[in-house]
Amino acid sequence: MNESAHELQARALAQLDSIWDDAKLEEWRVEYIGRKGAVNALFEQISALPQAERGAFGKDANQVKTALENAFHAREGAIKQRNLSEALEAEPLDVTLPGRRPQRGRLHPATQTLREIYKIFGEMGFQVYRTRQVESDLVNFQLLNIPEHHPARDNWSTFYVAGTDQRVLLRPHTSPGQIRAMREMFPNPVRAILPGMCYRYEQISARYEIQFNQVEGIVVGHNITFGDLKGTLTEFARRMFGERPVRFFADHFPFTEPSAQMDVKCIICEGAGCALCKHTGWLEILGSGMVHPDVLRNGGYDPDVWSGFAFGMGPERITMLKHGITDIRYFWGNDLRFLEQF
Amino acid sequence: MKVPVSWLKDFVDITLPIDQLAEKLTFAGLEVENIEYIGVAAPANAVGKNGALAWDREKIFVGQLVQAMPHPNADRLTIVRVDYGRGEAVQMVTGAPNISVGDSGQKVVLALEGSRLYDGHKEGREIMTLKKSKIRGVESASMVCSEKELGISEEHEGIIILPDDAPVGTPLADYLGDVILDIKINPNFARAQSVLGVARELAALTEQTVRLPQSWDTREVGVPATDFVNIEITDAKLCLRFAALLIRNVEIKPSPYWMQQRLLRAGMRPINNVVDITNYVMLGYGKPLHAFDYDSLVRRARGNRPTITVRAARNGEQMQTLDGQTRTFSSHDILVTDAQGPVGIGGIMGGSETEVSDSTKNILLESAIFDFISIRRTTAEQKLPSEAATRFGRGIPPSQNVAPARLAAELMRELAGGSVAPALADNYPAPQVIPTIDVTTRDVKRILGIELSTAEIAQILKRLDFEIEAQDENSLRVKPPDYRTDVDGTDDVLEEIITIHGYEKIPSTLIADALPPLIGNRALEQEEEARDILIEAGLQEIVTYSFTNPAHEAQLSAHPNEQDTPFPLPARPYVTIENPISEDRSVLRQTLLPNMLDIAASNLRAASLRNTPRAAMFEVGAVFLTRRQGETEEGDLAQDQEFALPLEPRRLALILSGPRAEKTWQMTRHHTKEHDSKPEESPEMMRQADETPMDFFDLKGIVEDLLAGLHINDAQFAPISHPMFHPGRAATLRLGEENVGVLGELYPLVREKWELPNQAVLVGEFDLEAILAHTQERYIVKPISRYPVIVQDIALIVDENIEAARVEMLIRQTGGALLNNVRLFDVYRGAPLPPEKKSLAYTLTFQALDHVLSDSDAAKVRERIVRRLEREVGATLRSG
Repeated sequence: MNESAHELQARALAQLDSIWDDAKLEEWRVEYIGRKGAVNALFEQISALPQAERGAFGKDANQVKTALENAFHAREGAIKQRNLSEALEAEPLDVTLPGRRPQRGRLHPATQTLREIYKIFGEMGFQVYRTRQVESDLVNFQLLNIPEHHPARDNWSTFYVAGTDQRVLLRPHTSPGQIRAMREMFPNPVRAILPGMCYRYEQISARYEIQFNQVEGIVVGHNITFGDLKGTLTEFARRMFGERPVRFFADHFPFTEPSAQMDVKCIICEGAGCALCKHTGWLEILGSGMVHPDVLRNGGYDPDVWSGFAFGMGPERITMLKHGITDIRYFWGNDLRFLEQF
Repeated sequence: MKVPVSWLKDFVDITLPIDQLAEKLTFAGLEVENIEYIGVAAPANAVGKNGALAWDREKIFVGQLVQAMPHPNADRLTIVRVDYGRGEAVQMVTGAPNISVGDSGQKVVLALEGSRLYDGHKEGREIMTLKKSKIRGVESASMVCSEKELGISEEHEGIIILPDDAPVGTPLADYLGDVILDIKINPNFARAQSVLGVARELAALTEQTVRLPQSWDTREVGVPATDFVNIEITDAKLCLRFAALLIRNVEIKPSPYWMQQRLLRAGMRPINNVVDITNYVMLGYGKPLHAFDYDSLVRRARGNRPTITVRAARNGEQMQTLDGQTRTFSSHDILVTDAQGPVGIGGIMGGSETEVSDSTKNILLESAIFDFISIRRTTAEQKLPSEAATRFGRGIPPSQNVAPARLAAELMRELAGGSVAPALADNYPAPQVIPTIDVTTRDVKRILGIELSTAEIAQILKRLDFEIEAQDENSLRVKPPDYRTDVDGTDDVLEEIITIHGYEKIPSTLIADALPPLIGNRALEQEEEARDILIEAGLQEIVTYSFTNPAHEAQLSAHPNEQDTPFPLPARPYVTIENPISEDRSVLRQTLLPNMLDIAASNLRAASLRNTPRAAMFEVGAVFLTRRQGETEEGDLAQDQEFALPLEPRRLALILSGPRAEKTWQMTRHHTKEHDSKPEESPEMMRQADETPMDFFDLKGIVEDLLAGLHINDAQFAPISHPMFHPGRAATLRLGEENVGVLGELYPLVREKWELPNQAVLVGEFDLEAILAHTQERYIVKPISRYPVIVQDIALIVDENIEAARVEMLIRQTGGALLNNVRLFDVYRGAPLPPEKKSLAYTLTFQALDHVLSDSDAAKVRERIVRRLEREVGATLRSG
């Protein structure tokens, strides 16, 4: 009789092996491990056995029961898994269809570059100080060492405000902010950047705009040297343009002396010469210099005790250089096809 | 400024290749913007595009005409034989009109077969190679060249006739080849506005010495009156010095070829020998001169010795200048006059009556120094820019007045056959003072950050012709050279030191100084936060022009002619530009919206062609408001004149139009008859973009989101009637007691003015500073309850004119702490409701922080809410 328990198990398992649908599985369950199934029938035989055989037979019957129940659950799971797989595989997606992108807004590229500049200088302890766009001749020119009718004024094609006898103008640079920042911060040392919109009387073209952002920087302290100017601006260039050579050489601004232009090695041709760098191998990034003693004085600082440096750069120009933009009119043209690329 | 290197070599030895020389000058502040190569090869990596044709040294020579014979078959052609010092003369055919049969001896440019030249018969510059050919039956392999063929100029009327002393057989590249540096002269480089000036800088940079003409003497001073002229200066501020020389019996004729070439290369056209000489001296030595016809001055003085008076013009005074125009002057113009009236505008242009003509015999040569500010002003007002005015306008040291004039007189003697009167008429009322400047090693260390000994400093300054008056271990006392008036302080001397020493030799350091107090910039930080919230809400930031024109802004109102101009309509006098670039940019904006609407319109037009006409954008920026009496602004300096400057409040404006989301792709499946008719759901169809057009509440939602993001919780929206908005679809945003902006649907007529598509355009403009003033620097976060919620819906019928905000406010007030959330989910009008009624349906969520709420607790609160609404707004509960 023991043999038939093993035979039962073998037969049941062999049958189960080919079952892959829920109905057949249910039939199988009823047949073997159901209440009136073959396994229970085994147990019913126990009482008919001699006492001595009952123990071994019962043990075998229990083993068969456990084995078949385990096999049933395993198969049940396997069928579920297989059905699910089949169902899921029946509806594949074409993953190359375009994704549905969320409605996302973006910052204007000018804002993005300004933020990048704030961040880099912020890490070096610079604070952002904004000053006015419509300026007086006094602050914009005279206090910056550019007297009336001075030839240096040729460098700033300026918009004037009517009815003010040219005493009021649209600032053509952020440098008047130097005076305002110094007067605000005196007698503390100064380490600030002054961003904002500037205006120049230009023919609008791919290269020139009548309005543009500038970021001015000013540092005033007791031990500020031209070496600090070079070091600070070199760090800035490294963060903004990556690890590449910079060079400083003579420039001229009436409000700094000595003055220097900073170039970085061309980011396209790495110095070999290309259209972007006009075959010079270098890109002009900013103007800078040691704050002129007269300007320090006009800001309230005694030039015999204090010294400082200042610099100015154009975020739109930097954006153009970094992203290969050849037409500055894109910025205020605000075509979404342009803006969406940032 | 164009500087021919061949001319530069008169003054200084060139010790560097051209590109290195250009870099050296650029680094020292004389930016070489372009290098033009004439007849010589440009380096492979040459800057710019003027690397012109190089003249082959083996094929193009200075030649001499041996014989010119008639062409047997053509009257207009000539057969010429040209010697170039190597074997037999070369024969060729030429059509040059300036060669006639029988000519011989002229120096010409000979190009042999195989030479590369520009094609003289073609427009522009096209290179051709000279080949053997038959011209009307006569063989010709070589050519005598025109300037155009060599690329010197566009001249192709005749061939070049070189000066008689041109060395036959010399390769032309060595004789006429040149390199021209185009240098940008910054205002601080007034001293370098001449070939000599550039030579001086170059000499200092390359440790060479400058060669000056033998007669050069800047110390010479004459007397105001001589037997030929008397010079008076009424105001030493207007005219710092006026000198004159008399050159008799000149012959007016063209100037020699070499001088013409130099003028052309430096960018000026030759006129005649006398005028050319004055220009030559100006370009070479930096001193503009003016030549008068002396006899006409004598005639005006009725035969007497002329008296030249330099004075301010009288208002309305007139003179005809030598360009033929009659000009009117005012008191800030400087005139050179005689007893009869003006004979020239000081430093700018002479009068026509006394100008040098072909019949001029005697020249009064003027060399003077005028107030540069006055010159600049007159130049601008009279619209008379010139090489001379540019140089005068940047200032010329009075000490440099006479030596160049002497040189010019000498050239007139040499090239015009004149005789120079020995006397120098020279009125010099206020001689130039050379400053004495102290510079210390401490200054160098403190500002430049480097250690230099006084010996090193002295050595640098000597290269720049500074005079060292005293020197010890720590300090120097120096005097700049007399040709420099730009150096008058220690800072100027430091700049000279670093320029010569080299910027690259200064080590980079990081600021070691103490950090200033970190005050931050809260206004900016909050503004950036507002930007972040808005882009997260899906809006694109734009930045538009600050310029506009009044009519453009007036269009924002549907009733532009009415006096009613509520915020943000322009309500103040404009900040008007005196020199606008165009009429549509003549003032500064008082509102952000008009320029933004331009941008929205252009983008919507572009979008409707390709995709969804949808706009969702914002701008943050300043508007410009003329101040009213007593108005002040943060950042004002303590100076009265600040009141002339407008207020520049920062605004935020928003524009929404079109569907809530961009169109996206969708997939539909076709079902065959065999399948059942129930449409099959496919995953691709399950999510479609929300193409509902945006309305007032989309805009309001963004504003609410912004306010919530900034933790502003005292906001109220109240209906307004406003000329910019669709009636009944506009609100004012009120924070506390303050109206801080408006939002609504643009009035359809206003929308049409911007040619916006026929769909609702939602706009809002806000006083950003006022909004940011309401942000909470600190806000408290509410605890979250762990207990279950009870959710109940109520639908209330109220009169149409009852505002939803009021209903919700009453619900919240009455619900108290247990009412966790109120959400409006339906607004219904129509049957079975009577007209003038609407139903508002809310989901109320009740929850207690500290215990499980029972249904009866919630029901009690709900009952209180209903009672309150019945009492205050006449609401009735909608059944079913």
